Amino acid sequence: MSDTPLLEFRNINTHYGAVHILKDVNLAIYPGEMVCLLGGNASGKSTTLKTLLGMVTPTSGEVVLDGEVVNDKPTSYRVERGITMVPENRRLFKRLSVLENLQLGAYLRDDKDGIANDLERIYSMFPRVKERLSQRAGTLSGGEQQMVAMGRALMASPRVLLMDEPSMGLAPALVQTNFELIQQIHEEGIAIFMVEQNANMALSIADRGWVLQTGRVVLDDTADALLQNPDLRKSYLGEATSH
Amino acid sequence: MTAVTPGAATATELELVQKGAFDFDWNEAIRKGAIVALTLAFIALSGMPVGLDDRSLIEPILSMGYVALLWVPFVLGWLSGNETVLEGMAATKRGLRDVVRGDVIGFVGGLGLSLLVILLNAFDLRDPLVNWSPQLIELLQFDRGQGFGIVAWPIIGGVLGAAGAGLHLVSPRLRKAILSAVITVLLVAIFETFIVDVIDFLDDLLYEKQGGLKLVAAIVIAVVAFIASYAGAGRAVGQVRSNYHQATGAAKKSQTITFIAIAAIALIVTPMITGKITQELLANIGIFLLLALGLNIVVGLAGILDLGYVAFFAVGGYTTAVLTSPNRGEDWPEWFPIMPWWGALLVTIVVAALVGLFIGAPVIRMRGDYLAIVTLGFGEIIRILFLSDWLNGYFNGAQGITNVPAADFGFAQVKGTDPRSVFYLVLVFAVISIYVSWRLERSRLGRAWMAIREDESVAEAMGINTVNMKLMAFVVGAVLASFSGAIFAAKVGSIFPTSFLILVSIIILVVVIVGGMGNIIGVIVGAAVLIGVLGGPKQPGLLAEFSEYKLLIYGALLVVMMLQRPEGLVPNARRSRELHQDEFLQDAWLKGEVDTDDDDEPGTEVQGALA
Ligand SMILES: Nc1ncnc2c1ncn2[C@@H]1O[C@H](COP(=O)(O)OP(=O)(O)O)[C@@H](O)[C@H]1O
Ligand SMILES: [Mg+2]
Repeated sequence: MSDTPLLEFRNINTHYGAVHILKDVNLAIYPGEMVCLLGGNASGKSTTLKTLLGMVTPTSGEVVLDGEVVNDKPTSYRVERGITMVPENRRLFKRLSVLENLQLGAYLRDDKDGIANDLERIYSMFPRVKERLSQRAGTLSGGEQQMVAMGRALMASPRVLLMDEPSMGLAPALVQTNFELIQQIHEEGIAIFMVEQNANMALSIADRGWVLQTGRVVLDDTADALLQNPDLRKSYLGEATSH
Repeated sequence: MTAVTPGAATATELELVQKGAFDFDWNEAIRKGAIVALTLAFIALSGMPVGLDDRSLIEPILSMGYVALLWVPFVLGWLSGNETVLEGMAATKRGLRDVVRGDVIGFVGGLGLSLLVILLNAFDLRDPLVNWSPQLIELLQFDRGQGFGIVAWPIIGGVLGAAGAGLHLVSPRLRKAILSAVITVLLVAIFETFIVDVIDFLDDLLYEKQGGLKLVAAIVIAVVAFIASYAGAGRAVGQVRSNYHQATGAAKKSQTITFIAIAAIALIVTPMITGKITQELLANIGIFLLLALGLNIVVGLAGILDLGYVAFFAVGGYTTAVLTSPNRGEDWPEWFPIMPWWGALLVTIVVAALVGLFIGAPVIRMRGDYLAIVTLGFGEIIRILFLSDWLNGYFNGAQGITNVPAADFGFAQVKGTDPRSVFYLVLVFAVISIYVSWRLERSRLGRAWMAIREDESVAEAMGINTVNMKLMAFVVGAVLASFSGAIFAAKVGSIFPTSFLILVSIIILVVVIVGGMGNIIGVIVGAAVLIGVLGGPKQPGLLAEFSEYKLLIYGALLVVMMLQRPEGLVPNARRSRELHQDEFLQDAWLKGEVDTDDDDEPGTEVQGALA
């Protein structure tokens, strides 16, 4: 792993109006890593991702991309440089076809050959998606939508994939395969920054993790250490103290 | 005969009972009858039948005024037999029962008019009902006295209701033939002025001097239409269409080209052989089509509900007028040029684009309802500015700008007294606009617009600059509207604030919605049907007689479309499928095609991919 983080938060504070959401948050994601951000409901996980991507502007602190402060750069600038998000609940463009959804993932790219290659790569990864190219995305099953959401993100040819609760709303049987899929994407060298409530599962595949509590980072450790952490086990892994 | 109850004991009645003729939901039927009654009373009191009574359709038996009433029990009778039959469910068998039910509905509906006749005779209702008139009473009594009217309506209603419902019992082929006979006769009668305008000699052949189809002609037309339909003329068209849908690649392309060529020739030739009325009509359709195409980009593609679209039409009209008319306001500086129309058009485009940016910039950050309301306000503000004393020196307030000269192209003069020239000019711009719309829809920009329409935040997350893209839609829409405004100025020869009421925005929106949002062919059909038949805000359509009730019909149409056919007149297969998704799924489920547990099977697929 290289020394410069791919993405970094330096003392980030974010507000929605007068409400203080993120409080002095420091994060660093290195190329090719798999890290996860844990936290309860409304702790500010989605806000963290939106701030990284520039959809929410921090009130103080610095968002750093490849060593460059990008606070005043728009989302498109960051997407072009390899940050892509799979939004919460997948959120496909429901009335557009599967193919159009995929094409929109590559919206900022103009390398025709590269786009065609990536499409082929996604077809071979998800043969089922290929069968449904002209179908409306909104008519797909939950599992298929997840594949298209991932495919759409991969079409941007990202260096880091921000995933907002990828297992939310998936049937239990699908959660496991979904994590395996994320691992497979990771093995291709793409860094993963995953927001999850499913702490056990997320930590079992991640390298490192943070725990966010009402907008503050309260734990920051390797995944293994976090899995052993008694406090975390108590509050997030749903285990009784007398283990 | 409808009032017969199952208890009565003559032989035929018993027979009917045994056949289940009375075996339907009576409450439901009476409720629907009440709806018919209310609708009939409403139409009668709207003044429409009296207003349209002078217009004879089939001399001497049928006037348009009566048609405005008679269609109601017939259509409701037909609809009463419509039930959603889901695959796999036992459909209740059709039979005499349907006819009796239709009869009950029409009968109850007719009773409503009988009651109205009694009321109108008993009380002088001139005060509460503005359209109360002796003529209305006479019309409702068929000029034969109160008693006749009271007895006649339930019978007529019952017969028409039963006839409508009875259509369900005959074979589809026969039904189609009957309907085409009825509809063809009505169309030939209703569109008399248009038909005579197109084909001169038909005037004496088909129609009476004082207007209306000759009775003999009506019968001949009905028979011909019936035979043609029964012999399968409709199926020939259907064959061509299904051929087209099945064709692929080069075959499809050549069929498309053939179709476009035929349409082009028809459009170019039609105004040459027709009279002024048709030419005028086509020109008006074109002007509103340009507006609708522009609004279709804003609303249909980008999903921005702009209710003040008329603003750009006004800007186009006024800019062209100011740049071409010697009668523009006196405060314009000396050096401000007066130029030929095409020069003014170029300036108009630039001005419209700038106004689009100027109005768009503040509103584009809003979403949904807020945006709709603010644009509504801007539409009015622009009109009021042109009307204001403050800018009187530039735009002459309510007097407007007169003496807008013809658009001079050297080889041709485009002016209002020559609607054919206006039509050709509008045709050129319509072709340009259609082509632009079509290309945009398939471009990266078009995809970005649709993404914004579907989910603005996710579109932003994909790196789409949503603010810029929405502004762009606003500007493209503004420019297309300004084409229309520029042509409108040259056509009318004068520009007044009253040409740009909110009503224009609303009618264009209805055209887009009725045609099918985001669907170019739909918008073309919508403009042709609505503007052509009903007319624009001030422009008469083919049914000039209806102009007083135009808004009523526009409104009713909008409601019916939203309830029954949200995908528009010309549905885009995909959109239609999505809107009726629930029904499809239910059908599919009943057929056992969908596995309800939709989550496990894709999982295996993923695993396969991982392996
Ligand atoms: N657009 C917004 N405007 C105002 N408050 C918001 C907005 N989005 C989120 N919030 C609030 O910010 C807090 C953190 O939200 P979020 O980051 O979505 O939490 P999480 O993803 O951890 O559940 C919540 O209290 C939420 O209600
Ligand atoms: Mg969240």
